Amino acid sequence: MTLGGLLDGPPAIVAAGVDVFSDALRAQGADVHDVEWRPPHFGDPADLAVLALDRRRAAANRTAVERLLAAGSVLVDVRPAREVLDIGDRMLLHSGPPLLWENASGPMRGALIGACLFEGWASSVEDAEKILASGEVTLDPCHHHRTVGPMAGVTSPSMWMWCLEDPVSGGKAYCNLNEGLGKVLRMGAFNDEVQERLRWMRDVLGPVLSKAVRGSIDAGNDPIDVKGILAQMLQMGDEGHNRNRAGSLMALRELSPSIVAVDAPSSDIAAVLKFAGGNEHFFLNLGMPTAKLALDAARDVPGSTMLTVMSRNGTEFGIQTAGTGDRWFTGPAQTPVGLFLGDYGPEDANPDIGDSAIMETYGVGGFAMAAAPAIVRFVGGTVPDALATTERMYQLTLAENPAMAIPIMGFRGSPTGIDVLKVARTGWLPQINTGMAGRVAGTGQVGAGLVQPPQECFEQALAALAEAARTA
Amino acid sequence: MTASPPSGAPSVTAGARSVTLRSGVYADSVRLMQVSRTVAALPGVTGVIVAMATPLNLELATNMGLAPEEAASPEQLLIGVAAEDDEALAAAVAAVETALAERERSTGSAEAIPQRTIGGGLAERTTDGPALAIVSVPGQYAVAEAADAIAAGRSVLVFSDGVPVEHEVALKRAAHDAGVLVMGPDCGTAIVSGVALGFANVVRPGPVGLVAASGTGAQQVSCLLDMAGVGVSHVLGVGGRDLSEAVGGLATLDALAALDADPATERVMVVSKPPAPSVAATVEAAAATLSVPVRSAVLSAETPDLTAAVEGLLRDMGLDVPVWPSRPGAAEAAAPGAVLKGLYSGGTLADETMLIAAPALGEIRSNTPLSPHLHLALDPSAQDQFAPGHVVIDFGDDALTVGRAHPMIDPTLRLEAIAAVAASDEPAVLLLDVVLGYGADPDPAGALVPALSAARDAAEHPLPVVIALVGTEGDPQGWSKQADALAAAGAAVFASNSAATRYALDLLGAAR
Repeated sequence: MTLGGLLDGPPAIVAAGVDVFSDALRAQGADVHDVEWRPPHFGDPADLAVLALDRRRAAANRTAVERLLAAGSVLVDVRPAREVLDIGDRMLLHSGPPLLWENASGPMRGALIGACLFEGWASSVEDAEKILASGEVTLDPCHHHRTVGPMAGVTSPSMWMWCLEDPVSGGKAYCNLNEGLGKVLRMGAFNDEVQERLRWMRDVLGPVLSKAVRGSIDAGNDPIDVKGILAQMLQMGDEGHNRNRAGSLMALRELSPSIVAVDAPSSDIAAVLKFAGGNEHFFLNLGMPTAKLALDAARDVPGSTMLTVMSRNGTEFGIQTAGTGDRWFTGPAQTPVGLFLGDYGPEDANPDIGDSAIMETYGVGGFAMAAAPAIVRFVGGTVPDALATTERMYQLTLAENPAMAIPIMGFRGSPTGIDVLKVARTGWLPQINTGMAGRVAGTGQVGAGLVQPPQECFEQALAALAEAARTA
Repeated sequence: MTASPPSGAPSVTAGARSVTLRSGVYADSVRLMQVSRTVAALPGVTGVIVAMATPLNLELATNMGLAPEEAASPEQLLIGVAAEDDEALAAAVAAVETALAERERSTGSAEAIPQRTIGGGLAERTTDGPALAIVSVPGQYAVAEAADAIAAGRSVLVFSDGVPVEHEVALKRAAHDAGVLVMGPDCGTAIVSGVALGFANVVRPGPVGLVAASGTGAQQVSCLLDMAGVGVSHVLGVGGRDLSEAVGGLATLDALAALDADPATERVMVVSKPPAPSVAATVEAAAATLSVPVRSAVLSAETPDLTAAVEGLLRDMGLDVPVWPSRPGAAEAAAPGAVLKGLYSGGTLADETMLIAAPALGEIRSNTPLSPHLHLALDPSAQDQFAPGHVVIDFGDDALTVGRAHPMIDPTLRLEAIAAVAASDEPAVLLLDVVLGYGADPDPAGALVPALSAARDAAEHPLPVVIALVGTEGDPQGWSKQADALAAAGAAVFASNSAATRYALDLLGAAR
């Protein structure tokens, strides 16, 4: 027994707690590093101990992380939701954890109403509200259908979906097409302008993109490597959640030749290119299912304390972990803090909403804020604040993702794989960048800012993981 | 520059406004939102929009009554300001210019965010080589930090007390599997490759390795070895509970194996308060299998004397036993019928004293007694009274260190007890330990001397004072310096606690 070389020479010291020893050690010329320990922010000490001592945890987390990092993402098709999702006849998918109509916030209601009108299930707002309230239209989280959706994330059977695949595990993930900025369904708007756009997306955009994607693949080209675009955009000032400009342009570059080759009126081709090119968040709906593929690959690893989902529905924030299967752990969604467009102010903002927190769960978005320092100015912060945020997130996560390298941090991989135990021990919560929807349905986007999950989610997850460890 | 009333914008009432379009200027949308926010906060400003003239922003501007009259293109910067009066408007427009012109100060690299866990601290290290984690956090949280160290393949010293025994056992089993050592919990003394950790002395390097389930026991033994010119290779603490039935000596066994494998260690001594009998047997059996000779300084009724154990070790090494340093002090007799009042900071030293004294004195009451029926409940607030009869108190016991530092750092309670002994009627011999080294009071004699002098003056009867001074010349306090000061105050000073105890017994015996 050689104690890892402990007796070979004077050891360097890493100390936690009251530094009774540290001064005396430094007086002897010892190399001493005091960590800034503080009591865990939450969690029953017995639960924390059970997890700290769980022999499965290190290996389980390693497995979960490896699967997450290995996952790829390629664009294989564009199809209507009813063809590829297990979506019932009168079913609408939405972002976040399970939700009841009566608890839905303004923008979520607006989006659900708008989707009912779009599908022709109701011809008036009042009728739409009736069928939603009665349960005639059923609601289910996107996450239950290998799907993610930004903001309200409302996905209906006629909507065309990006179909992504992970070549490593064979997994699939889906997301509808981004409508653009301003008054859009995902922000809770449902007026004629929104309906007209949705119909155009159903009748023109979806089919053209579908033919473009399939046409290219059928002609023998490799499918578009979406993970590759995500990796590149981090090196171009994007972070993949609130800033997607470079990614959107790169996606347009990849798709343009095959869009132009589609057999459709040139006015349609032009409209599709203009639509995609004019939307700086076009890539978001490709980035989100890319993250979803990676996190789905890491699901169901007993003993793992890594998050597989962070998501919000405008009322509640929900998380899932790799060690607790499909269980949701929820708490009240917080209201983001940030800057507002035009005249809007904090009282206009809806609580946090959207599946887009999957980007932070994957290690980009707010976690890669150092790659997009502009984002932190939303709260009057400075560039060092952006760097400091990413630095903090390294202490919450299990690994660095070499595929998602952050230039200003010396191309260090982004902090990836949020560990519930580390969240409890460090006292820091994951940092999310997000758009803000107006709380009144139909308002649209009112601003953008920073937000965190409520601590309750992590308290519940910790207790559940400890319970699972005890009965393992 | 135009200042004109809005066209059909119901949201705006009286006041002044300014709407301009500027070409050849570009700024990031976030920057522009910051500018808007800054100007919106100025007095008298009722609305502001500073944004690129995209259709979306033009729509927002229209809603605010700040749309430009002429056609605008998205490459142009729209600056719209509404205010209560012309003065406020002018100030706001000027503020927009200033804000747009501002450059963010060039920034340095990221502020380093300190790590908050042992795991993070160890992961951050850039150099290889030996490393040790030290954990002093509250006991119920120590397990996560210690587990971090073990997972990283590092040994850990756990100073924390109040660690549940189940955590201790789980950690020590995990450490064994990982090939590392848990020194603790409740371990405050270690010397590893010459580095003194916690309450430890400056001891010359030498061939003897110590495995210690006792802090002050390790200090007594290592100091005597230093005074004998022999020295130590390492002092590995294993925590006070390691040799209990529940823990079974897990760390002791691993420490023995490690010292066996250490080239610098030629012989080993195990130091402990009385252990669980079954565990003592296990340790003995393991010791017998090692390639280095192992001598026991495990205290028991049959083997009550740490100094004797050291002397045995020296004889094993073929060395002469030195005359252990001492000072005679005032060399006075005790009053007839005097009893023993032992006031100790080191638990093992208190135990050693009781084990040596019990055959001679009979029942000795204590807060940490040799038998339960001798238990003495202490009331630290009862300052004028001192328990009658032969008494030995361990002031380092947990019950007496709630909300205060250890007596090796904070002498308050012991000084009060000295005064109480003097104030009581009972004739007595006062026996104390004073422990030097890192972590201890920088000048124990400085506080003790006045207290002892005052006590001896105040006492109704002669009050001989005997002191076991555990330390080395190399300690920051210096053994001789402290011994001389204490002797000048009348105390008889001994480097060996057993010698001090026997001297006190001689005084008491002669006084019967």
